[in-house]
Amino acid sequence: MILSFQFSDITKWIHDSLSGMMSPGWTLFSEFVLAGIAMILLVVALAVILVYMERKVAGFMQLRIGPNRVGLWGSLQVFADVFKLLLKESFAPNSVDKFLFNFAPILVLAVSFMALAPISYGPGMQLWDANIGILYVTAVSSIGVIGILMAGWSSNNKYSLLGAMRSGAQIVSYELSAGLSIVAVIAMCGSLSVSEIIASQADGWWVFKGHLPIMFAFVIYVIAGTAETNRAPFDLAEAESELTAGYHTEFSGMQFGMFYLTEYINMVVISMVAATVFLGGWLPFHIFGFDAFNNIMDYIPSFVWFFGKVFFIIFLMMWFRWTFPRLRIDQLLKLEWKYLLPLSIINIVIVAFITVMGWHF
Amino acid sequence: MENKNTALPNDLTEEFVVNIGPQHPSTHGVLRLQATLDGETIKDILPHLGYIHRGIEKMCESLGYKQFIYLTSRMDYLSAHINNQACSLAIEKGLQIEIPPRAKALRIIMAELQRLTSHELWWGSCAMDLGAVTPFFLAFRDRERILELFEENTGNRLTMNYITPGGVMFDVLPSFVHKLKELLVKVKGYLKEYDTLITGNIIFQHRLKGVGVLPKELAISLGCTGPVARASGVSCDVRKYYPYDGYDKLDFKEVVFDGCDSWSRYLVRMEEIRQSIHIIEQLLDNLPEGEFRAKLKGIVKLPVGEYYQRVETARGELGVYIVSDGGNKPYRLKLRAPNFSNLGAVRPITIGSKIGDLMASMATIDLVIPDIDR
Amino acid sequence: MRSLIQYIKEVVLGFYSLIQGLMLTLKYFTRPWKNIVEQYPENRSTTINIPERFAGEVVLPHDENNRHKCTACTLCEMACPNGTIKIISATIETEDGKKKKVLDKWVYNLGMCTMCAQCIDACPQDAITMKNSFELSVYDRNQLIKVLNKPGSKLKEKES
Repeated sequence: MILSFQFSDITKWIHDSLSGMMSPGWTLFSEFVLAGIAMILLVVALAVILVYMERKVAGFMQLRIGPNRVGLWGSLQVFADVFKLLLKESFAPNSVDKFLFNFAPILVLAVSFMALAPISYGPGMQLWDANIGILYVTAVSSIGVIGILMAGWSSNNKYSLLGAMRSGAQIVSYELSAGLSIVAVIAMCGSLSVSEIIASQADGWWVFKGHLPIMFAFVIYVIAGTAETNRAPFDLAEAESELTAGYHTEFSGMQFGMFYLTEYINMVVISMVAATVFLGGWLPFHIFGFDAFNNIMDYIPSFVWFFGKVFFIIFLMMWFRWTFPRLRIDQLLKLEWKYLLPLSIINIVIVAFITVMGWHF
Repeated sequence: MENKNTALPNDLTEEFVVNIGPQHPSTHGVLRLQATLDGETIKDILPHLGYIHRGIEKMCESLGYKQFIYLTSRMDYLSAHINNQACSLAIEKGLQIEIPPRAKALRIIMAELQRLTSHELWWGSCAMDLGAVTPFFLAFRDRERILELFEENTGNRLTMNYITPGGVMFDVLPSFVHKLKELLVKVKGYLKEYDTLITGNIIFQHRLKGVGVLPKELAISLGCTGPVARASGVSCDVRKYYPYDGYDKLDFKEVVFDGCDSWSRYLVRMEEIRQSIHIIEQLLDNLPEGEFRAKLKGIVKLPVGEYYQRVETARGELGVYIVSDGGNKPYRLKLRAPNFSNLGAVRPITIGSKIGDLMASMATIDLVIPDIDR
Repeated sequence: MRSLIQYIKEVVLGFYSLIQGLMLTLKYFTRPWKNIVEQYPENRSTTINIPERFAGEVVLPHDENNRHKCTACTLCEMACPNGTIKIISATIETEDGKKKKVLDKWVYNLGMCTMCAQCIDACPQDAITMKNSFELSVYDRNQLIKVLNKPGSKLKEKES
């Protein structure tokens, strides 16, 4: 490694200096605070990059340049948008359910933050190394559905409720396929813990080691992940050219900003899980036997590898959005229950067979 | 109250009246659709018109025969040349003059190019209504090339006022034929891209097949014309049945499909683009030389009588009916707009379906609202 | 069995059609030089292309001796559909004592003009043309009413 220190050296130094200054209880507390601040900074940085990336990618695919007037190459456009959202008045209509209305955006945002905890960004760079890491991420993402339903119900608007119901049904259905795809890799690897999954890919990423069934599972996971985050082509619940804007019609100002941010963070979470489970996490790309190539690949720092993979999958999701028309809600659910789910189940059976027989690399 | 845990009986769910428009990204203009919805199923639709009524027919009664042509470009502004052609032909019928062959050929070329641009814009906005935004930009890029040609030769891009009684206003530039030939080659390439991106796309096909079925008898009884009727099996192309300006000497097919649903309407228009390219190619090869305009008097006076002329715009059959009392202004000008009759098809085909299907049906009926309200 | 084959065929063909669409978008993404954006205010002197015949506004061309060709016959005023043109003429005495009508002011209301070119069509002396200027907005609506003949200009006599 060109960086001759590990991230765990930094954490050890912080821990030592803090415990030298205060009692163990306070040390733990201040470490929590520092971790929280680091997480928030990461999320903010990611959101800024993602919003800019979305607009630029959309522009280039549509034969035009994206924003290019505000700042050099439009880089300050995101800040201008955020500033505008902050200045807007976040009002609530009279007859809404006040507690749920104000709580819904906070819930969805908090859930997205929570899902970022067990992901490993580099060797030793992990907030919480639980032995059920992947299960935790999937479980916590499901709580987001409650937030969406709360938003739709409390708006006291028949069409918001309709949009929220549709969105809820969509997310709940697609979680099945997404979960089953991850189970395929977990069956081969044998552990739910994030660091162990990454360690088991030291001799090659699962997408290559597990050949056909895992590649198939990867494709299904990307499709199901796009549907879980309510992005096109599955975004009927919030489509602009349909009747209403879905469950977040009645929110404005920063409350809408929180829903908007949540959509991007959800996309990031899905991509991070896919990068960890299928594409090897922060491990570089090694070809078995080419040692010189492998040494060159090792020079690139591991978090660059990780974020490179994450942005690749995010680019895939943006690519889908700007190419395909929207599916109708019944076609969407039909796709899941009649096509993706049976194929996932057959895939799982094949993977179980292959694992038992040892026919993977 | 009885047991509250059972599902509500049907007469306790309300029907909700909601307005779609007049400002809405999908209604292609200012049209207000008052929809009575039951949950998500549409029970009734009532279109409210008149938001863009400008009184074109009445204004034409105070203008001379050569002067009111510019107003008719603004009716169905995506078929501007064809509207001008209709009025010019009606006036020439009254004056009983013969226009030179070069003018006829130029008129047909401009009209078919206009049909091309109109269908390209329809394609872009149809894809956008269904959720894909990229084809919109592609369609406008392609349309730009043709509009550049219009701008160089006629002076304007949208309301050209180029076809006038007697022929055309100016002669085309010498580079017109050459540039148009290059452009047609490019347009054929664009059509391949359109097929890859949208026509072959399975999501798009599923969104349009079986949606918005308009049976043949209903199409005839509502008076629908144009691609809407031709997709239901009604053969009604004015260029074939009542040819004008030399269409009878050209070789092109009338595109009729039998599917009656939105997918057939889509296919009819895509095939019409190919037929338009074929027509233009035939004319470009042997463009007659000569005059581009027959001489008319300074003040045009039509003899007493009634004159009717019908043409095929990009959306259907446009009829121009002039009643003249011998003076230099028309006594009454009536325009039979194709979109007005096609609007009548919106209600029967969307009742009983969902809102998403309403958008798909409206996208393929392809209304231009200023034509309805004139 | 038939339905199973149908199912698999549908999945594979559907997937293939989606991949083709994706390839097309990727083609445009990786070729940014094909984009059609014109950087408008910066390219006023470089790449902008306004054709000759573009109907921007009506002008009365004067030659190098400040002479125009308009004889104040008011045919253009009668041909204009919505009253954009007003010809104000004056009678002067020529050298041999005859009274002649000449042009005093050629008033043109740019705010009402529809660029239909009927006036240019009607003029028997080809005195007016369309110019392809396009940046014509002003802040004060009265500035849109223009007088097209320059002060001190005279009619260009026909060479006999």
